[in-house]
Amino acid sequence: MRQTAGTQTMTPTQLLAALAGALNSGGIRVVDLTQTLTPEFPQIALPPEMGQCWPFRIEEVSRYDERGPGWYWNNFSCGEHTGTHFDAPIHWISGRHLPNNAVDTIPVQHFVAAASVIDCHVQALADPDYLMSVADIEAFEAAHGRIAAGSWVLMRTDWSKRHDPEAYQNFDETGQHTPGPSSEAVQFLVRERDVLGFGSEAIGTDAGQGYHLRPPYPCHYFMHGAGRYGLQCLSNLDQLPATGALLICPPLKIQQGSGSPLRVLALVAG
Amino acid sequence: MTMPLMKPKRKNPVRRTPQMNLPPWGRSRVALGLTVAGAEGRFELQVCDDCAAVQYPPREACCACLSPHLKWRAQSGTGCLLATTVLHHSNDLFFRERLPWRLGLVQLNAGPTLMAHLHGDVASAGQRIKVGARLDRAGRAVVIAYPDPETPNMADDTMLREMTSDPKFRKVLVTDAMTGVGQALVRALVAAGADIVWAGHAEPWKRHGSGLHDITALPQVSLVPLDLTNGRSVTALAGEIGGKVEIVINNAEVHRTFGIGARRGLDVAKAEMDINYFGLLRLAQEFGPALQGRAADGATHATAWVNLLSIYALANFPPHGTFSASKAAAHSLAQCQRAELRASGIRVINVFPGPIDDEWNQNMPPPKLSPEALASSIVKALRDGVEDLYPGDVAQEWLERWRDNPKVLERELAAGG
Repeated sequence: MRQTAGTQTMTPTQLLAALAGALNSGGIRVVDLTQTLTPEFPQIALPPEMGQCWPFRIEEVSRYDERGPGWYWNNFSCGEHTGTHFDAPIHWISGRHLPNNAVDTIPVQHFVAAASVIDCHVQALADPDYLMSVADIEAFEAAHGRIAAGSWVLMRTDWSKRHDPEAYQNFDETGQHTPGPSSEAVQFLVRERDVLGFGSEAIGTDAGQGYHLRPPYPCHYFMHGAGRYGLQCLSNLDQLPATGALLICPPLKIQQGSGSPLRVLALVAG
Repeated sequence: MTMPLMKPKRKNPVRRTPQMNLPPWGRSRVALGLTVAGAEGRFELQVCDDCAAVQYPPREACCACLSPHLKWRAQSGTGCLLATTVLHHSNDLFFRERLPWRLGLVQLNAGPTLMAHLHGDVASAGQRIKVGARLDRAGRAVVIAYPDPETPNMADDTMLREMTSDPKFRKVLVTDAMTGVGQALVRALVAAGADIVWAGHAEPWKRHGSGLHDITALPQVSLVPLDLTNGRSVTALAGEIGGKVEIVINNAEVHRTFGIGARRGLDVAKAEMDINYFGLLRLAQEFGPALQGRAADGATHATAWVNLLSIYALANFPPHGTFSASKAAAHSLAQCQRAELRASGIRVINVFPGPIDDEWNQNMPPPKLSPEALASSIVKALRDGVEDLYPGDVAQEWLERWRDNPKVLERELAAGG
């Protein structure tokens, strides 16, 4: 199989060598889309009577001291859905019977894929409950071309710039207010565009008020029900082009894992 | 007449901080009976079951009939002051640093004659007085003679303040101000004259509807981030305020209502242990040394550590089984903490309430302890120098049944209380 790049025809081996060269020279840059795992980074909040996802916690084992004179290391604990993390289809009841639906069995090919970035940051600034619509997707495609099957769709909201945990969570008396996709938009992406998954900057792929949508939490319901993935708590989406970024996002290989914290990297033209 | 305590001058931060020298703490096993009652604020002496003679000092056999059947019984403590003296010299470091010190010989109406530390308002021999037991800085009960009737500003007496932990003019940390109990504590401490109340709050994004906003209007109150599940958060706060805190009140708790079978998995039990047990351990490791270093630092020295435990720490209440277990673990750790802090003159006050009237006891029938009643009982315990507090009717009843026979109580609780 031969690939084309510009006017030249390259073998996969040549392509990889060219990629390595471009990475080395800075012709292709690597953008980190990951939030740092800290105990202060908020975790998803559920009603207190339900089971809870552990926040990130870290405790020193030793630090060149009497507990270990020549070395420093920590123990940490967290849930599968802590910090910047990956959602596997098995996470949701709609995806529970699908084959290869857990982080250890998902085809690894899916962990490297192209991404489209739909810019909703102006709308999210005006309305923290903003729901990305089918019209937003159509407007994106009118400007940048059709979203490719098997690629990620990332919703840029600049939500990750809210460094204060309280502003990031954005609670009031009626619960959480963070942007996400509308139910119709999710169904469009799954059925009409066959996307690989959906990624967001807020704490979930669904909007903060996603409980009130139909069905509740539609992004989880439809994406995972169709075997697609989720990425959340992403950052630096403003550094990505609308199209042309390549995402590298392998979750930890947890047996029957429903997700995992991970490092999300994007390769972009330098 | 005792002069009301004036707000002490600010500390000169470059002067050496005096260190604590404890009063003599050796007591015989039988004499610890006075401490046992004093820990709960009671004054008890041994009374002979056979001839009813009241005994002092504590002993193995009746001073009148040699019967070995002596029982500790509550005493009114009323009596008459026979003689007084003022100590101007002592080779004991504790007293040497606090001279002059007044002592008196008291004749109790119940019979015995005993030596007592004299409250400043107890003037001269012949005066009617009332004695009580107080734990001293070493945690051992001593006898104190108070004026009878009480006088204004009695609690501000210099000698008495050595035996108590009055929050007046002190700086206090309340570890969880997101709860009704936390907010009631903050208000009660402000009302008691606390200088600063640091109000800890975890997960600040959940503050809406918690009532936290209401206490921030009080000028003495300062909100501080504190999450007992996060060691780094505890360390950070201790670094900021540890050197100033004089009373720590650890009221942070997780309370869920499950036994073993009613909830699958360990997540709830772990969350309870993480706050109720490990949270105390994290807090004690970070704030304990700072308190110990300031145990003799002037009139508002570091003085006390309060643990909000539960009466279920004594015996498991199966419908709240994992919570009970976590509180039993915390109780055990608090005993360790008490032993360690006592060496520096810091008092550990353990509080064992029955069901508190909060959302997690929604399904419990009354009587339930209101957060306000709990808070005021804790402030009172600090003022009275009490070490073990069982606030409310339910706690008192359980305590009585537990003391009567723990095994019977175990069976009763298994049958639903």
